[in-house]
Amino acid sequence: MTERDTSASSPAGHGRPHVVSPAALLGTVAFLFALTVVTVAVSRLDLGAMNVVAALGIATLKAIAVAAIFMHLRYEGRFHVVVLVGCAIFAALLVGFVVFDTTRYQPDLRAHEAAAARRPAR
Amino acid sequence: MSGGGSTPYLAVQFRDMEAQTETGKLGVWLFLGSEILFFGGLFTAYSVYRANHIELFRYAHFFLDWRLGAFNTFVLLTSSLSAAWAVRCAQLGQRRGLRLTLVVTFLLAAVFLVVKYFEYSHKLHNGIAWGAACHPSAEILASLPDTARALPVPVHLGTFFSIYYLMTGLHGVHVLVGMGLFAWLLRRLPTFGPDHWGAVDGVALYWHLVDLVWIFLFPLFYLI
Repeated sequence: MTERDTSASSPAGHGRPHVVSPAALLGTVAFLFALTVVTVAVSRLDLGAMNVVAALGIATLKAIAVAAIFMHLRYEGRFHVVVLVGCAIFAALLVGFVVFDTTRYQPDLRAHEAAAARRPAR
Repeated sequence: MSGGGSTPYLAVQFRDMEAQTETGKLGVWLFLGSEILFFGGLFTAYSVYRANHIELFRYAHFFLDWRLGAFNTFVLLTSSLSAAWAVRCAQLGQRRGLRLTLVVTFLLAAVFLVVKYFEYSHKLHNGIAWGAACHPSAEILASLPDTARALPVPVHLGTFFSIYYLMTGLHGVHVLVGMGLFAWLLRRLPTFGPDHWGAVDGVALYWHLVDLVWIFLFPLFYLI
Protein backbone atom coordinates (compact mmCIF):
# COMPACT_ATOMS: atom_id res chain seq x y z
CA MET A 1 0.00 0.00 0.00
CA THR A 2 3.01 2.29 0.07
CA GLU A 3 3.41 1.87 -3.70
CA ARG A 4 3.23 5.25 -5.40
CA ASP A 5 1.85 5.92 -8.80
CA THR A 6 3.15 6.09 -12.32
CA SER A 7 2.48 9.81 -12.69
CA ALA A 8 3.13 12.35 -9.97
CA SER A 9 0.34 13.58 -7.74
CA SER A 10 -0.48 17.10 -8.77
CA PRO A 11 -2.20 20.10 -7.19
CA ALA A 12 -5.43 21.18 -8.87
CA GLY A 13 -4.84 23.13 -12.06
CA HIS A 14 -1.57 21.56 -13.13
CA GLY A 15 -0.49 18.36 -14.78
CA ARG A 16 -1.99 14.93 -15.26
CA PRO A 17 -4.39 13.07 -12.97
CA HIS A 18 -3.17 10.65 -10.37
CA VAL A 19 -3.34 7.04 -11.59
CA VAL A 20 -3.34 4.44 -8.81
CA SER A 21 -0.87 1.62 -9.48
CA PRO A 22 -1.98 -2.04 -9.73
CA ALA A 23 0.20 -2.87 -6.70
CA ALA A 24 -1.63 -0.29 -4.57
CA LEU A 25 -5.04 -1.54 -5.74
CA LEU A 26 -4.22 -5.23 -5.13
CA GLY A 27 -2.51 -4.47 -1.81
CA THR A 28 -5.60 -2.60 -0.63
CA VAL A 29 -8.01 -5.38 -1.54
CA ALA A 30 -5.73 -7.97 0.14
CA PHE A 31 -5.73 -5.81 3.30
CA LEU A 32 -9.56 -5.56 3.15
CA PHE A 33 -9.96 -9.34 2.68
CA ALA A 34 -7.60 -10.03 5.61
CA LEU A 35 -9.50 -7.64 7.91
CA THR A 36 -12.81 -9.29 6.93
CA VAL A 37 -11.41 -12.66 8.06
CA VAL A 38 -10.10 -11.04 11.27
CA THR A 39 -13.44 -9.40 12.11
CA VAL A 40 -15.31 -12.71 11.67
CA ALA A 41 -12.69 -14.54 13.80
CA VAL A 42 -12.82 -11.90 16.57
CA SER A 43 -16.63 -12.05 16.66
CA ARG A 44 -16.39 -15.80 17.47
CA LEU A 45 -14.62 -14.92 20.76
CA ASP A 46 -16.68 -13.72 23.70
CA LEU A 47 -15.09 -10.40 24.67
CA GLY A 48 -18.18 -8.86 26.24
CA ALA A 49 -18.57 -5.19 25.38
CA MET A 50 -15.23 -5.28 23.56
CA ASN A 51 -16.83 -7.25 20.70
CA VAL A 52 -18.66 -4.11 19.54
CA VAL A 53 -15.51 -1.99 19.90
CA ALA A 54 -13.43 -4.54 17.93
CA ALA A 55 -16.03 -4.89 15.16
CA LEU A 56 -16.42 -1.11 14.72
CA GLY A 57 -12.66 -0.53 14.99
CA ILE A 58 -11.90 -3.05 12.24
CA ALA A 59 -14.74 -1.67 10.08
CA THR A 60 -13.28 1.84 10.50
CA LEU A 61 -9.81 0.60 9.44
CA LYS A 62 -11.38 -0.96 6.34
CA ALA A 63 -13.28 2.25 5.61
CA ILE A 64 -10.05 4.29 5.86
CA ALA A 65 -8.30 1.92 3.40
CA VAL A 66 -11.17 2.20 0.89
CA ALA A 67 -11.32 6.01 1.22
CA ALA A 68 -7.54 6.55 1.08
CA ILE A 69 -6.69 4.34 -1.92
CA PHE A 70 -9.83 3.38 -3.87
CA MET A 71 -11.37 6.84 -3.42
CA HIS A 72 -8.01 8.58 -4.05
CA LEU A 73 -8.12 10.67 -0.86
CA ARG A 74 -4.48 9.92 -0.15
CA TYR A 75 -3.43 11.50 -3.41
CA GLU A 76 -5.58 14.59 -3.79
CA GLY A 77 -7.25 17.74 -2.45
CA ARG A 78 -7.80 18.06 1.28
CA PHE A 79 -11.30 19.48 0.85
CA HIS A 80 -12.68 16.05 -0.10
CA VAL A 81 -11.26 14.71 3.16
CA VAL A 82 -12.98 17.54 5.05
CA VAL A 83 -16.33 16.63 3.43
CA LEU A 84 -15.97 12.91 4.22
CA VAL A 85 -14.58 13.19 7.74
CA GLY A 86 -16.84 16.16 8.59
CA CYS A 87 -19.99 14.28 7.61
CA ALA A 88 -18.80 11.14 9.43
CA ILE A 89 -18.21 13.21 12.60
CA PHE A 90 -21.68 14.79 12.41
CA ALA A 91 -23.27 11.36 11.86
CA ALA A 92 -21.33 10.02 14.89
CA LEU A 93 -22.43 13.03 16.98
CA LEU A 94 -26.06 12.31 16.08
CA VAL A 95 -25.73 8.65 17.06
CA GLY A 96 -23.74 9.46 20.22
CA PHE A 97 -26.03 12.13 21.67
CA VAL A 98 -29.25 10.29 20.84
CA VAL A 99 -27.90 7.13 22.51
CA PHE A 100 -26.77 9.11 25.62
CA ASP A 101 -30.26 10.56 25.81
CA THR A 102 -32.24 7.36 25.34
CA THR A 103 -30.15 5.36 27.83
CA ARG A 104 -30.45 8.22 30.38
CA TYR A 105 -34.26 8.09 30.34
CA GLN A 106 -34.71 4.36 29.94
CA PRO A 107 -34.70 3.50 33.70
CA ASP A 108 -37.46 6.09 34.36
CA LEU A 109 -39.45 4.72 31.44
CA ARG A 110 -39.16 1.13 32.65
CA ALA A 111 -40.18 2.14 36.21
CA HIS A 112 -43.20 4.01 34.83
CA GLU A 113 -44.21 1.01 32.71
CA ALA A 114 -43.90 -1.32 35.71
CA ALA A 115 -46.03 1.04 37.84
CA ALA A 116 -48.66 1.27 35.08
CA ALA A 117 -48.79 -2.52 34.87
CA ARG A 118 -49.42 -2.77 38.63
CA ARG A 119 -52.37 -0.34 38.52
CA PRO A 120 -55.76 -2.08 38.11
CA ALA A 121 -57.22 -1.74 34.60
CA ARG A 122 -60.22 0.58 34.34
CA MET B 1 -23.07 19.55 -24.19
CA SER B 2 -20.75 21.25 -26.61
CA GLY B 3 -17.73 23.25 -25.61
CA GLY B 4 -15.42 25.74 -27.12
CA GLY B 5 -12.32 23.81 -26.13
CA SER B 6 -10.17 21.04 -27.48
CA THR B 7 -12.57 18.15 -26.90
CA PRO B 8 -16.28 17.69 -27.68
CA TYR B 9 -16.95 16.80 -24.01
CA LEU B 10 -15.98 20.16 -22.54
CA ALA B 11 -18.98 22.17 -21.33
CA VAL B 12 -18.93 25.91 -22.14
CA GLN B 13 -18.62 27.06 -18.54
CA PHE B 14 -15.30 25.32 -17.91
CA ARG B 15 -11.80 26.53 -18.74
CA ASP B 16 -10.52 23.04 -19.62
CA MET B 17 -11.26 19.34 -19.06
CA GLU B 18 -9.33 19.30 -15.82
CA ALA B 19 -11.44 22.10 -14.33
CA GLN B 20 -14.56 20.23 -15.48
CA THR B 21 -13.41 16.91 -13.97
CA GLU B 22 -12.39 18.51 -10.66
CA THR B 23 -15.70 20.39 -10.38
CA GLY B 24 -17.66 17.22 -11.09
CA LYS B 25 -15.63 15.35 -8.50
CA LEU B 26 -16.38 18.00 -5.85
CA GLY B 27 -20.09 17.69 -6.66
CA VAL B 28 -19.94 13.91 -6.24
CA TRP B 29 -18.12 14.29 -2.90
CA LEU B 30 -20.79 16.68 -1.58
CA PHE B 31 -23.44 14.15 -2.65
CA LEU B 32 -21.51 11.39 -0.83
CA GLY B 33 -21.49 13.62 2.28
CA SER B 34 -25.29 13.83 2.13
CA GLU B 35 -25.39 10.04 1.75
CA ILE B 36 -23.34 9.61 4.93
CA LEU B 37 -25.79 11.84 6.82
CA PHE B 38 -28.72 9.91 5.31
CA PHE B 39 -27.33 6.56 6.48
CA GLY B 40 -26.37 8.27 9.78
CA GLY B 41 -30.08 8.59 10.60
CA LEU B 42 -30.55 4.86 10.00
CA PHE B 43 -27.50 4.00 12.12
CA THR B 44 -29.05 6.15 14.88
CA ALA B 45 -32.24 4.03 14.78
CA TYR B 46 -30.07 0.90 15.00
CA SER B 47 -28.04 2.29 17.93
CA VAL B 48 -31.05 3.45 19.97
CA TYR B 49 -32.76 0.10 19.59
CA ARG B 50 -29.59 -1.80 20.35
CA ALA B 51 -28.88 0.33 23.45
CA ASN B 52 -32.32 -0.45 24.86
CA HIS B 53 -32.97 -3.99 23.61
CA ILE B 54 -29.67 -5.81 23.33
CA GLU B 55 -31.45 -9.16 23.90
CA LEU B 56 -33.28 -8.73 20.57
CA PHE B 57 -30.02 -8.32 18.68
CA ARG B 58 -28.59 -11.45 20.32
CA TYR B 59 -31.71 -13.46 19.52
CA ALA B 60 -31.94 -12.20 15.92
CA HIS B 61 -28.48 -13.65 15.25
CA PHE B 62 -30.09 -17.07 15.07
CA PHE B 63 -31.88 -15.92 11.89
CA LEU B 64 -28.94 -14.23 10.16
CA ASP B 65 -26.31 -16.40 8.47
CA TRP B 66 -22.89 -14.73 8.86
CA ARG B 67 -21.48 -16.91 6.07
CA LEU B 68 -23.81 -15.29 3.52
CA GLY B 69 -22.94 -11.85 4.92
CA ALA B 70 -19.20 -12.59 4.72
CA PHE B 71 -19.57 -13.93 1.17
CA ASN B 72 -21.36 -10.73 0.14
CA THR B 73 -18.63 -8.68 1.84
CA PHE B 74 -15.98 -10.36 -0.34
CA VAL B 75 -18.19 -9.81 -3.41
CA LEU B 76 -18.55 -6.06 -2.71
CA LEU B 77 -14.85 -5.59 -1.84
CA THR B 78 -13.88 -7.26 -5.13
CA SER B 79 -16.35 -5.05 -7.00
CA SER B 80 -14.75 -1.99 -5.39
CA LEU B 81 -11.39 -3.20 -6.69
CA SER B 82 -12.77 -3.57 -10.21
CA ALA B 83 -14.45 -0.14 -10.00
CA ALA B 84 -11.16 1.47 -8.90
CA TRP B 85 -9.39 -0.39 -11.71
CA ALA B 86 -11.98 0.93 -14.18
CA VAL B 87 -10.97 4.51 -13.24
CA ARG B 88 -7.33 3.59 -13.85
CA CYS B 89 -8.18 2.09 -17.27
CA ALA B 90 -10.20 5.19 -18.23
CA GLN B 91 -7.38 7.54 -17.17
CA LEU B 92 -4.85 5.53 -19.21
CA GLY B 93 -7.18 5.18 -22.21
CA GLN B 94 -7.32 1.36 -21.95
CA ARG B 95 -10.78 0.84 -23.45
CA ARG B 96 -10.79 -2.99 -23.40
CA GLY B 97 -9.71 -3.01 -19.75
CA LEU B 98 -12.38 -0.42 -18.98
CA ARG B 99 -15.07 -2.55 -20.60
CA LEU B 100 -13.89 -5.66 -18.70
CA THR B 101 -13.72 -3.95 -15.28
CA LEU B 102 -17.12 -2.28 -15.74
CA VAL B 103 -18.76 -5.59 -16.76
CA VAL B 104 -17.12 -7.40 -13.80
CA THR B 105 -18.34 -4.69 -11.38
CA PHE B 106 -21.86 -4.89 -12.81
CA LEU B 107 -21.92 -8.70 -12.49
CA LEU B 108 -20.56 -8.67 -8.91
CA ALA B 109 -23.30 -6.17 -7.96
CA ALA B 110 -25.82 -8.63 -9.44
CA VAL B 111 -24.30 -11.51 -7.42
CA PHE B 112 -24.68 -9.41 -4.25
CA LEU B 113 -28.37 -8.81 -4.96
CA VAL B 114 -29.03 -12.48 -5.81
CA VAL B 115 -27.57 -13.55 -2.43
CA LYS B 116 -29.66 -10.84 -0.74
CA TYR B 117 -32.75 -12.10 -2.60
CA PHE B 118 -32.22 -15.62 -1.23
CA GLU B 119 -31.72 -14.26 2.29
CA TYR B 120 -34.89 -12.12 2.12
CA SER B 121 -37.07 -14.81 0.52
CA HIS B 122 -35.97 -17.45 3.04
CA LYS B 123 -36.89 -15.11 5.90
CA LEU B 124 -40.20 -13.94 4.46
CA HIS B 125 -41.15 -17.52 3.57
CA ASN B 126 -40.70 -18.36 7.26
CA GLY B 127 -42.78 -15.45 8.55
CA ILE B 128 -39.85 -13.24 9.48
CA ALA B 129 -41.23 -9.96 8.19
CA TRP B 130 -41.06 -6.43 9.62
CA GLY B 131 -42.97 -4.82 12.49
CA ALA B 132 -46.18 -6.46 13.69
CA ALA B 133 -46.13 -8.85 10.72
CA CYS B 134 -43.15 -10.75 12.15
CA HIS B 135 -44.32 -14.23 13.17
CA PRO B 136 -41.51 -16.80 12.85
CA SER B 137 -42.90 -20.14 11.60
CA ALA B 138 -42.88 -23.23 13.82
CA GLU B 139 -40.63 -24.82 11.21
CA ILE B 140 -37.85 -22.21 11.50
CA LEU B 141 -38.14 -22.06 15.31
CA ALA B 142 -37.70 -25.86 15.45
CA SER B 143 -34.54 -25.55 13.34
CA LEU B 144 -32.85 -23.19 15.83
CA PRO B 145 -30.05 -24.45 18.11
CA ASP B 146 -31.03 -25.65 21.59
CA THR B 147 -29.84 -22.45 23.29
CA ALA B 148 -32.29 -20.45 21.14
CA ARG B 149 -35.25 -22.82 21.52
CA ALA B 150 -35.00 -22.52 25.29
CA LEU B 151 -35.79 -18.78 24.97
CA PRO B 152 -39.23 -17.26 24.36
CA VAL B 153 -39.60 -15.39 21.05
CA PRO B 154 -39.02 -11.71 22.00
CA VAL B 155 -42.14 -9.54 21.71
CA HIS B 156 -40.40 -6.81 19.68
CA LEU B 157 -38.52 -9.09 17.26
CA GLY B 158 -40.43 -7.43 14.40
CA THR B 159 -38.91 -4.05 15.24
CA PHE B 160 -35.41 -5.49 14.90
CA PHE B 161 -36.36 -6.83 11.48
CA SER B 162 -37.93 -3.47 10.51
CA ILE B 163 -34.50 -1.92 11.09
CA TYR B 164 -32.77 -4.83 9.32
CA TYR B 165 -34.97 -4.65 6.22
CA LEU B 166 -34.86 -0.85 6.10
CA MET B 167 -31.06 -0.59 6.35
CA THR B 168 -30.11 -3.55 4.16
CA GLY B 169 -33.01 -2.76 1.78
CA LEU B 170 -31.97 0.87 1.25
CA HIS B 171 -28.40 -0.34 0.80
CA GLY B 172 -29.75 -2.84 -1.75
CA VAL B 173 -31.52 0.00 -3.60
CA HIS B 174 -28.15 1.77 -3.77
CA VAL B 175 -26.61 -1.39 -5.28
CA LEU B 176 -29.42 -1.48 -7.86
CA VAL B 177 -28.84 2.19 -8.74
CA GLY B 178 -25.11 1.42 -9.02
CA MET B 179 -25.85 -1.35 -11.55
CA GLY B 180 -27.83 1.14 -13.62
CA LEU B 181 -24.93 3.61 -13.49
CA PHE B 182 -22.40 0.96 -14.59
CA ALA B 183 -24.72 0.02 -17.48
CA TRP B 184 -24.88 3.72 -18.41
CA LEU B 185 -21.05 3.92 -18.36
CA LEU B 186 -20.84 0.84 -20.61
CA ARG B 187 -23.18 2.51 -23.13
CA ARG B 188 -20.94 5.60 -23.17
CA LEU B 189 -17.74 3.54 -23.27
CA PRO B 190 -16.37 4.90 -26.61
CA THR B 191 -16.34 8.46 -25.22
CA PHE B 192 -13.96 7.74 -22.32
CA GLY B 193 -10.22 8.33 -22.41
CA PRO B 194 -7.34 10.22 -20.79
CA ASP B 195 -9.15 13.57 -21.27
CA HIS B 196 -12.63 12.36 -20.35
CA TRP B 197 -12.97 10.06 -17.37
CA GLY B 198 -14.89 12.17 -14.82
CA ALA B 199 -18.10 10.13 -15.16
CA VAL B 200 -16.26 6.83 -14.53
CA ASP B 201 -14.59 8.38 -11.48
CA GLY B 202 -17.87 9.76 -10.11
CA VAL B 203 -19.71 6.44 -10.44
CA ALA B 204 -16.73 4.60 -8.90
CA LEU B 205 -16.73 7.02 -5.92
CA TYR B 206 -20.45 6.36 -5.41
CA TRP B 207 -19.79 2.63 -5.63
CA HIS B 208 -17.03 2.81 -2.99
CA LEU B 209 -19.47 4.57 -0.65
CA VAL B 210 -21.99 1.74 -1.15
CA ASP B 211 -19.12 -0.61 -0.23
CA LEU B 212 -18.26 1.54 2.84
CA VAL B 213 -21.84 1.33 4.14
CA TRP B 214 -21.81 -2.46 3.78
CA ILE B 215 -18.45 -2.62 5.61
CA PHE B 216 -20.36 -1.32 8.65
CA LEU B 217 -23.68 -3.13 8.06
CA PHE B 218 -22.02 -6.56 7.88
CA PRO B 219 -20.53 -6.66 11.41
CA LEU B 220 -23.44 -4.71 12.96
CA PHE B 221 -26.10 -7.16 11.75
CA TYR B 222 -24.31 -10.46 11.23
CA LEU B 223 -21.48 -10.51 13.79
CA ILE B 224 -22.27 -8.54 16.97
